[in-house]
Amino acid sequence: MAGSGAPALSVEHLSKHFGRRVAFDDVSFEVQRGEVFGFLGPNGAGKTTTVRTLCTLLAPTSGSATVAGLALVPANGERIRRRIAIMPESPGLYLRLSVLENLRCFADLYEVPSPAARIDHALRAVNLADRARDVCGSLSKGMRQRVALARALLTEPQVLFLDEPTSGLDPAAAREVHELIDELRRRGVTVFLTTHRLAEAERLCDRVAIFNTTMRVVGRPGDLRDRLFRREYAVRTAAPLPEPGRVFDGLPAVEGWRPDGVAGYVLAVSEPAVAVPEVTRALVAVGADVLSIAESRHSLEDVYWALIDQDKLADQSELAGRDKLTGQSKLIGQNKRSGPE
Amino acid sequence: MTISRRRVWAIARKELQEYRRDITVVAAMAILPVVFLVQPLVQVFTIPVSAAAALRHEHALLYLLGVPVLVPAALAAYSVVGERLQATLEPVLATPISRAELLLGKALAAFVPSICVAYGVFALFVAVVEVLARPEIASAFIQGPELLAQLLFTPLLVVWSIWVGIAVSTRVRDPRTAGQLALLVSLPTVAVTTLVAFNIIPATLPMALVLGAALLLLDLLGWRATSAFIDRERLITAT
Repeated sequence: MAGSGAPALSVEHLSKHFGRRVAFDDVSFEVQRGEVFGFLGPNGAGKTTTVRTLCTLLAPTSGSATVAGLALVPANGERIRRRIAIMPESPGLYLRLSVLENLRCFADLYEVPSPAARIDHALRAVNLADRARDVCGSLSKGMRQRVALARALLTEPQVLFLDEPTSGLDPAAAREVHELIDELRRRGVTVFLTTHRLAEAERLCDRVAIFNTTMRVVGRPGDLRDRLFRREYAVRTAAPLPEPGRVFDGLPAVEGWRPDGVAGYVLAVSEPAVAVPEVTRALVAVGADVLSIAESRHSLEDVYWALIDQDKLADQSELAGRDKLTGQSKLIGQNKRSGPE
Repeated sequence: MTISRRRVWAIARKELQEYRRDITVVAAMAILPVVFLVQPLVQVFTIPVSAAAALRHEHALLYLLGVPVLVPAALAAYSVVGERLQATLEPVLATPISRAELLLGKALAAFVPSICVAYGVFALFVAVVEVLARPEIASAFIQGPELLAQLLFTPLLVVWSIWVGIAVSTRVRDPRTAGQLALLVSLPTVAVTTLVAFNIIPATLPMALVLGAALLLLDLLGWRATSAFIDRERLITAT
């Protein structure tokens, strides 16, 4: 549950360019303390670069941010890094070293007091206390992710950045990571989660941002659905209605309808509290056997694809525009060349 | 700038643990010194006693100074590029460690085994010559000034080679390239020690002082130059 007070992360018009290549541009958002915030986008959208920038590993090109209450400026780099932890997409463990040796190294790098107790606590949190002396190279991929998470939990960070934490994991291992993130939420840790697994984001995140080099939209998954799609209800009857238009057209709060299968109809409604009883009455009035009337929910995936498809269309029309211009300039060039000298 | 000894030691200890368990590192540390032992040992056991007087004017012992040049370069060349390859660099750079602490930790991890190998190989060579060679040959080979030169120049050469190795390691993307490049860049230093060993560069006290001062200066400059390469953004983006 998100807490009150100053946000854990506040980002304003942040951009990062590598020469002429734009990694991300003009990004603004806030993450409240204790919130699990999902950062969604396709591969190459700039998610990892954003995380690295907020973790002080890369310097932003422009814009400003505060991370764990500190301004994102080079002078604050060490102090910010003391307050946050990152679990990169690849666990980044020393595979020849044991779990304990890996964690001991990082406990010392963070100058954790009573390292043995902290390591034990972190290992218990990820259910790996009995594997402490195992060499990391001998662990499964899921276990390595858990060791990486234990490493991130050594310092009790104010903000925890998880970059694609379930990437490459099988469903069972991914579920273990989800349970750990749920546990972090219960403990009030602010989690910044980048992922392209939309079901994961929908299940874990209080709010999500959909991002594709620039910020597309930020909000609660439900709010985003409502913002992008009309509310829809699916009606199922025992037999097809002879004249569905006469049943649904003109009903209060019903904005439209379309057939869905043999004896199914999807209604777009503005106010369910008004529309659903009216629809029920209308169906009963025409003698229809109603099997179900249920809200037809768009998933976060629908929201995501709607936005990403918009981007693709915009890119295509921009390219087409450019081609048209190039074609015109070629034509002008040809005309110039073929003109009188 | 304050240096946390705990963080420096965390890096050094981790590197040493990794070296110990990496067969290629152990092999490199074992094979390189053997290469440098062969020539002087052959000379010791094949040279006639009558040539002992002439041998006193050579400095064959200094040939062994190649060991403190090449062993640390090979070790240090892996230090950054190896981490990048294992994807372990990002978690380390995301900790509060400063660039000086990271550099010192890595340098210390390369310094300790390199100095042990260099002095160990030298001590082994001296012991073999003292015990097994004919006394005339042994006394011609092992001379006080050369022992002193070996003792003093070894750490200076080790430090220089470590900076070269780490600097190369920060700039390349492949460990094999890093190793080859670090050895290549170290060759001029080996050439100087070899030229001194074969009396082409006169091994006099003023020359020793000049070379010592030059190495000390290079070590200080090497620290500054390599520090500049330990930049988070450059290391992460490999640019």
